[in-house]
Amino acid sequence: MAITLSGAQAIPGPPLSSRLTPAQVWGIVLLAPYLLVFLAFVVYPVCYGLWLARAPSNYVALYNDPIFARAAINTLIFLVIGINIKMLIALFLSGFFAQQRTWIKWLSVIFILPWAVPSIPTILSVRFMLNPEWGMINHYIFSLTGEDGPNWLNDPTVALTMAIAVHIWKSLPFWTLILITGRLAISHDLFEAAEVDGASWWQKFRYITWPSMQTLYVTCTLLSMIWTLGDFNSVYLLTGGGPADLTHVLATLGIRYLRLDQLSLAMASIVCAMPFVLPLVYFMMKRLSR
Amino acid sequence: MKLPSLREVGTEARLLLIGIPVFLWTMIPIYHMFLFAISPKEDAFSGKLWPDHPTLHNFEIVFKQQHYFLRDFYVQFWNSTVIAASVGVLTLFIATAAAFSISRLKVPGGRMVLNLALFTYFIPAAFLAVPMYRTMGNYGLLNNHWSLILAMVTIASPYAIWVLKQASDKLPVELDEAAVMDGATTLQIFRLVYLPLMMPSLVAIGTYAVLLAWNEYLYAFLLLSNDREITLPVALGNFLAADDSPWELLMTTGFIYALPPAAVYYAFRRYMVGGLTAGAVKS
Repeated sequence: MAITLSGAQAIPGPPLSSRLTPAQVWGIVLLAPYLLVFLAFVVYPVCYGLWLARAPSNYVALYNDPIFARAAINTLIFLVIGINIKMLIALFLSGFFAQQRTWIKWLSVIFILPWAVPSIPTILSVRFMLNPEWGMINHYIFSLTGEDGPNWLNDPTVALTMAIAVHIWKSLPFWTLILITGRLAISHDLFEAAEVDGASWWQKFRYITWPSMQTLYVTCTLLSMIWTLGDFNSVYLLTGGGPADLTHVLATLGIRYLRLDQLSLAMASIVCAMPFVLPLVYFMMKRLSR
Repeated sequence: MKLPSLREVGTEARLLLIGIPVFLWTMIPIYHMFLFAISPKEDAFSGKLWPDHPTLHNFEIVFKQQHYFLRDFYVQFWNSTVIAASVGVLTLFIATAAAFSISRLKVPGGRMVLNLALFTYFIPAAFLAVPMYRTMGNYGLLNNHWSLILAMVTIASPYAIWVLKQASDKLPVELDEAAVMDGATTLQIFRLVYLPLMMPSLVAIGTYAVLLAWNEYLYAFLLLSNDREITLPVALGNFLAADDSPWELLMTTGFIYALPPAAVYYAFRRYMVGGLTAGAVKS
């Protein structure tokens, strides 16, 4: 592509113009802005980053850093447990929101709010709710039971769970919306026929809904997993990676190394994630670029 | 009027049993933010569901910039606005041109560019942030609004190109042929035939890019650091630097910051739902 591009601009000789129609010349001119952006802000940074991460000593340093191991495990928990719980809830709620009721229509308008508003203020709002001394949650635990509530964000397991909950809160509406469109695409006749045959709720789901939605569901799950790898806000704004750097995920860990001026370590930690990311990306591209 | 049967009442009750928790789950963090915004400090920290003395005083402090953390509020609001608008315009320009070129002009290599764009779309944004930060430093753009604008255009374009390409594939090819017969040049087809027909998708993509840029935190806080250059989300994050953060002011500013995207989203919801979900996941 790059060769065609420079060729079209540099040597407008007869052999070239006979090959390229005016429409194709325009095509190259109109594609050029994106190509420039792509070369300057994707190709160059990625190559430069890989070059920075080339020394094997970086990977030894990562291997010896307990924070890295912990972040890798946390990321796996986040993806494997968090995303699957989220997608199951989304699948369930898509059935709920597909019901024809006026109040459910209105609820679906409200339900989209977490996705429509920026994450910073809402995540910080949750962070204060979880404050052990002043937060609303512990305030009610105290007034109901007379006991002090837990110190939510000071326990790594609870803190990571809360970060996953925040992530689910933020992105559940989007995936529910996608699954609703999938559900509404199923022909209504099938359900009516099943109704006549006296099929139960579970049978309708098992034999009609699921077969028509499973491809969409798996695609959504994989896509959500790839994107969640880059979810910096849920963890950083809620726990800041703490307590004692025990709740980092790969996205926040890379930025942590960057802030400590260890750029090559930051890049190396990202390179370590590539064996998992690239197959997923390849699979998604196969699926979407048909 | 017919009385509802027992079975209908049962169904309705079960739906409510799902609907009420969904409503609470969705609204509590947002309501909590709103509650802080209308509460004096003492009320906010006492855990009440409604303040004893609701007040707009916090908004007054923010709008008059009467706090150390808020002294550049208007500048930062303006920065967010300019950056979001620039990202919207640039993304639309770049993506529409590319989609037209790939889909209508069938430029050689277009398929490959589309795949490369799609690949970028799938790389998690936080992973690209690390090398992007260093690259912007090499280009000498750190602390310059252009660094954030260009970074966000880079992130927004792939999806924009892809959605616009899908949408323009659906336009009948006869339109272009008819225009060519009438002697229209390529640019005339682009301007007079293509753009008007693509309007709904362009609105959706423009909204998508503007919201993406307005909401962005990570890139903004890496690339901009000077108090008068940063955007609102970075300023909100900076509130946390102090041990005794004025949380009621933080929530008030956050509430003001969250209003425009929510309003834009609901105003363009018709386009967003149709234009974006259709492209977002094609099974």
